[in-house]
Amino acid sequence: MGEEEGLHQTQLLDTMFVRGLKRKCFDGEEDIEGTLAGIKAIPSYNLQRQSLLDMSLVKLQLCHMLVEPNLCRSVLIANTVRQIQEEMTQDGTWQMVNTQSTGQASLDRLVSTDILCRSSREQAEGKLVPDYSTFNKDFESDQAQDSSETMSTASSVQAPRNLQSNVWEMENPQENKGSFQKSLDQIFETLENKSPNSVEDLFSEVDNSYYDLDTMLTGMMSNSKMGHCDGLETFSSPTTTTSSSNCKSDLNELDHIVEILVES
Amino acid sequence: ADIISTVEFNHTGELLATGDKGGRVVIFQREQESKNQPHRRGEYNVYSTFQSHEPEFDYLKSLEIEEKINKIRWLPQQNAAYFLLSTNDKTVKLWKVSERDKRPEGYNLKDEDGRLRDPSMITVLRVPVLRPMDLMVEATPRRVFANAHTYHINSISVNSDYETYMSADDLRINLWNFEITNQSFNIVDIKPANMEELTEVITAAEFHPHHCNTFVYSSSKGTIRLCDMRTAALCDRHAKFFEEPEDPSNRSFFSEIISSISDVKFSHSGRYIMTRDYLTVKVWDLNMENRPIETYQVHDYLRSKLCSLYENDCIFDKFECVWNGSDSVIMTGSYNNFFRMFDRNTKRDVTLEASRENSKPRAVLKPRKVCVGGKRRKDEISVDSLDFSKKILHTAWHPSENIIAVAATNNLYIFQDKVN
Repeated sequence: MGEEEGLHQTQLLDTMFVRGLKRKCFDGEEDIEGTLAGIKAIPSYNLQRQSLLDMSLVKLQLCHMLVEPNLCRSVLIANTVRQIQEEMTQDGTWQMVNTQSTGQASLDRLVSTDILCRSSREQAEGKLVPDYSTFNKDFESDQAQDSSETMSTASSVQAPRNLQSNVWEMENPQENKGSFQKSLDQIFETLENKSPNSVEDLFSEVDNSYYDLDTMLTGMMSNSKMGHCDGLETFSSPTTTTSSSNCKSDLNELDHIVEILVES
Repeated sequence: ADIISTVEFNHTGELLATGDKGGRVVIFQREQESKNQPHRRGEYNVYSTFQSHEPEFDYLKSLEIEEKINKIRWLPQQNAAYFLLSTNDKTVKLWKVSERDKRPEGYNLKDEDGRLRDPSMITVLRVPVLRPMDLMVEATPRRVFANAHTYHINSISVNSDYETYMSADDLRINLWNFEITNQSFNIVDIKPANMEELTEVITAAEFHPHHCNTFVYSSSKGTIRLCDMRTAALCDRHAKFFEEPEDPSNRSFFSEIISSISDVKFSHSGRYIMTRDYLTVKVWDLNMENRPIETYQVHDYLRSKLCSLYENDCIFDKFECVWNGSDSVIMTGSYNNFFRMFDRNTKRDVTLEASRENSKPRAVLKPRKVCVGGKRRKDEISVDSLDFSKKILHTAWHPSENIIAVAATNNLYIFQDKVN
C-alpha cells in the first residue's frame, strides 16, 4: 500500500465515516436486526471500520522507539480498538467467526487485545520467536484441544487469520485480506527479525508504554501470575519466559481477560 | 534553532522564557521603555541562555530520556534573582537566574587568574574589594527533583503558598517542597492495580491561583477533577467532577480521542477553568460541574477530517490555551501557523497567522479565514491546503498587557497591541 494509496484511502474513510456513522445512529442501536439491516444497506461501513481497526493495531505496534512511547496516545488508541471490537461483537460481525472454529470463542475475542500485547511480550521473551513456525503447524493440524502451550501463543496468532478470513468472505475478500494481512505481517516481521542474541536488543524493543518500575523492583522475578496476554500490563520479568510454566495461569488469565473485554 | 516546546511569561511580564526540544532554556527580557523613543515600546531581547536538561539513558529500561523541556513555570520574584522550574519527562529542576555586575578582586590565596599563590610568598594581607564588571547573567541549578516519576511529566504548577509545587505525569501527581529534593508526596494516583484495566490518563494539572489547598487535573476522557488537599493525604476522591455529557449526534469512533483534554488553566480570578480539547476550548464555572458555560470552536472544519488526522497522528497533538490578564480574552493555537483569539464579552473571534511571509515587523496582522465550502473567496484558505506540520501548540499572554508570545515550531513570535 503506497503512501498515495493510503492517503486516498483515508480520505475516503473520512467521508465514509461521517456518512456511515450518522446513518448508523439514526437506524437505532437497540434492535440488533435493525442494525444488521442498516449494515447491509451500507456494506462499506464495515469495511471502513475494519480499516480503522487495522490502522489502530498497527499504530500500537509501531510505537517501538528508542524513547518511551506516549502513554496517553497508546491508551486512546487501545480504547478505540476496544470500542470497535465491542461494536463488532454487538453487530454479530465478530460472532460469525465463532461458528468456524470450535471452542475458540473466548480466544477469538481476545485476538485483538493479544495482538496489542503480543509484540512487546514476544520481543521481550525472545524464546517464542524461533518456535513460532512449529507452533503454527501444530495449530493448523490440531484445532483447539492441543496442548495449552500452543493455545496460549500460536492460537492467538493464528486465530486472527482465521477470524479475518471468515469475515472477509462475508464481504470483500481480496481487499480486506490484503490490508489486514499486511498489518499482521508487519507485526510478525518485526517479531521474526529480532534475534534474541543480546539481552540489550530484547529490552530495547520492548513496548515500555506500560512498563512499571515499581513492579519490576518488587520481585516480579518469581511471579508466575504473569499471563500470556498482559495487554497493557507491564513487561515483568524476562526470566519467567517458558510458556509451559505459564500455561496453567494462562488459562485463568484468559477467563479474566474475557471478563474484562465483555464488561468494558 | 530547535523546536520550541514551552513558552511562559514571568509574573511581571518582564521576562519571557522558552524551552526547546534540545533541553535549552532561552530567557528574553523586556527593554526598559525610553522617553526618547516613545513609539518604540519595550522589545524583548535575549537575556540568558542555558542548557537545562541533557539527554539521559535509562539503563534499566534501555530507553532514552528526552531532554525536551515540557514545561517552564516561574516563581514569583522575592529578591534580585529570578527563579524558574523547568522539567523534562522525568526530572524537575529549579534554576536561579541572577545578574552579576561586580566581581571581587584582591584575594590573598589566589591571583586574578584563579591560580593558587604560594603561601610562603605572601607577605602582606589585603581585603578583597568588589569592582564593577560587565553585566553577566548566570543561571545555576539550585535544586534537582529527580526519580519521582515513572511516567512522563506533563505539568508542573507552583502553589500560591510559594513553598510547594506539584508535578503531574500520566498516572500520578506529586507534591514537592522546594527545599526538599529527596522526597515528594504522592497526592493523586490513578494507576489501576491491573494495568490491563488502564483506560484513562492524566493530561494536565494546575493549582488554584489563590487557594493553596485546591488543584485541578484533566484526563484523556475529557473530564476535570477538582481536589482539596485538606480532605485527605491521597486525593483519590475528587471534590468536584466536571464533565459535559456527550452529544449523541456527533458520536464517532474518534469521540473519545477528540474529547481528551490537552490543557487546563485557571483564570486569573480563580473563578473559572479553561480546557482545550482537540476541536474546542471550553470555559467552566467552578460552581457548575455538569457542563461548561462557554464553548468555542477552534477549527470545527477538521471534524470531517478526523480519520486522516488519526492516521497522521495529528489528532494526538496537544494544544495549550491561555487567558489574557483580565480573563476577558482566551487564545489557543491551530494548524497552518494559525492561532485563534476569542473575546468572551463580545463573542467575537479572530484567526491570525504567525509567519514571516505574511507579516512584516510592525505591520498589523491581517485576520485569516478558512473556507469550508466549495467557493473560496480571495484571501481565504481551503481546508485541504492547510499545512498540518505547522502547528502552534504553545502560546503565552503577558500578565497585564496585550503582548503575546507565539511559538511556531522553531520560531518565536512576539506580538503587541498596535500603538496609536
